[in-house]
Amino acid sequence: MYAQMVKTDTTKVRDLSEMSAQERAFQERIDRGEKIEPTDWMPDGYRKTLIRQIGQHAHSEIVGQLPEGNWITRAPTLERKAILLAKVQDEAGHGLYLYCAAETLGVSRDELIELLHAGKMKYSSIFNYPTLTWADIGAVGWLVDGAAIMNQVPLQRTSFGPYSRAMIRICKEESFHQRQGYDIMMKMAGGNEAQRRMAQDALDRFWYPSLMMFGPSDKESVHSAQSMAWKIKINTNDELRQKFVDQTVPQAQYLGLTVPDEHLKWNEDKGSYDFSEPDWNEFFEVLKGNGPCNRERMEARVKAWEDGEWVRDALMAHADKREASRTAAE
Amino acid sequence: MTEPGDKIANDVFFDWLLRRGDTALVLGHRVSEWCGHSPVLEEDIALANIALDLIGQARLWLSLAGEVEGKGRGENELAYLRDAWDFRNLLLAEQPNGDFGQTMMRQFLIDAYQSQLLKALATSADNRVAEIAVKAGKEVDYHLDRSADLVIRLGDGTSESRQRMQAALESLWPYSGEMFKGDAVDQAVVAAKIAPSPEGLRTEWLSTVDAVFTEATLSKPETDFAHTGGLTGRHTEHLGHILADMQFLQRAYPGATW
Repeated sequence: MYAQMVKTDTTKVRDLSEMSAQERAFQERIDRGEKIEPTDWMPDGYRKTLIRQIGQHAHSEIVGQLPEGNWITRAPTLERKAILLAKVQDEAGHGLYLYCAAETLGVSRDELIELLHAGKMKYSSIFNYPTLTWADIGAVGWLVDGAAIMNQVPLQRTSFGPYSRAMIRICKEESFHQRQGYDIMMKMAGGNEAQRRMAQDALDRFWYPSLMMFGPSDKESVHSAQSMAWKIKINTNDELRQKFVDQTVPQAQYLGLTVPDEHLKWNEDKGSYDFSEPDWNEFFEVLKGNGPCNRERMEARVKAWEDGEWVRDALMAHADKREASRTAAE
Repeated sequence: MTEPGDKIANDVFFDWLLRRGDTALVLGHRVSEWCGHSPVLEEDIALANIALDLIGQARLWLSLAGEVEGKGRGENELAYLRDAWDFRNLLLAEQPNGDFGQTMMRQFLIDAYQSQLLKALATSADNRVAEIAVKAGKEVDYHLDRSADLVIRLGDGTSESRQRMQAALESLWPYSGEMFKGDAVDQAVVAAKIAPSPEGLRTEWLSTVDAVFTEATLSKPETDFAHTGGLTGRHTEHLGHILADMQFLQRAYPGATW
């Protein structure tokens, strides 16, 4: 998932005895593992939280086209170019499924896009980092898609039917993306000196931003507890981050690359790695708009939207003309 | 498959194959520049898909070109290690994207030509050419459906969109004539029954584009003037920039594997 710090409008997670009969029946359905469908009754908070979460995820897929698209024209072989194009096309497709899932909750794609452009909705902090070398395309697939998969696999079991079904489709494609990223890293890490330098540099720059993708610790967060009760969040941020580190460190070792964390150490007792927290000040600055590429990313998206207005208007006008002539013919 | 025609020299056949491969490669490159910047999400997906098809076609043509040349060059050596004067793409393919309307107009003019050319090549006496043409032809027919439909909808949309599409047509039209001007390379592939003559494709192409322009309420420019040179290696200034972008890694790190 590419959603971070999604608010729930909740101040306290209530137990069943504190709920109205309707809310209780809803919570019991979730507890039984039933899927909630768009036409079913749902609490306002559930609907709003899902819109924020799915919307943020959809925006991330769309903005995420930019750092990868940055290397399509410069991909080093035609096969790599084709693979990257296919991948970026998949990301746009994920955005489309997710906006459709959000639409079932009563919000249009255009409304969500306008909220994004007005700075009222977020996309994942990770896409505010630049892709400076070809190895970054490998690192994005390996680390960024790897972190996204950590989150998305459990979300296949999320309580909201359309979101769960979108996740099932998306996960299939994401695992291919991660493999292609790792494949690029293998070539780079096993390549010449310049390529190895690019590979290490990519890991150095993407390691902590990837850890930030899970969001700050949310053990004490009421929003997180509420989302977990609603099964729109399945694991805590720390659980997923730990899992990601445990999976990724051996992969980095296999590549012969060094994870940029001097405190990284296998902990025999807990059966997992100890590692350093990312710099959360940096994370909050990126969320505030002060990441290396926030301004460029938003400008690119807003420009695409504004430059495309005449196209969207023309397509609507043409559809209206066709409709009018069809009606006139009847 | 057609019975074999006259024997063709490898270097001539190679040149003709580069025209196919380079046009697909350069057009695919241009279309891929839209990634993440198109007017609506469905178009981001569609344009990436078209670029992907075109890059795929370029790979097939260039691999075959390398095989015919017989000097050990493959798709990547041909795409990444030739300079502009050795590229044989249509000038139309390298024209800048401009606005979305200009991109769609460029696509439509080329799709309408490629669709007919590939249909004819499907019965080429060279079965390697025929195989590529069958595969690429299916993709290009779909591209043509889409680009024709968009030219119609944007032409007959709002007054602004009509004006933009008419401007796109006028600026690109002089680059369309190059598709139908045959030379000695074409004569050789015609004699070898590998390909049809370019001149012979013009009538049907015109009937396709005329029908679409009428429905799109656009006026075809009066001029018959045609910029040429792409097919023999004299390009516009744009191609050098495309190659500087595309070839950067292969040029900066010679011999690396990626």
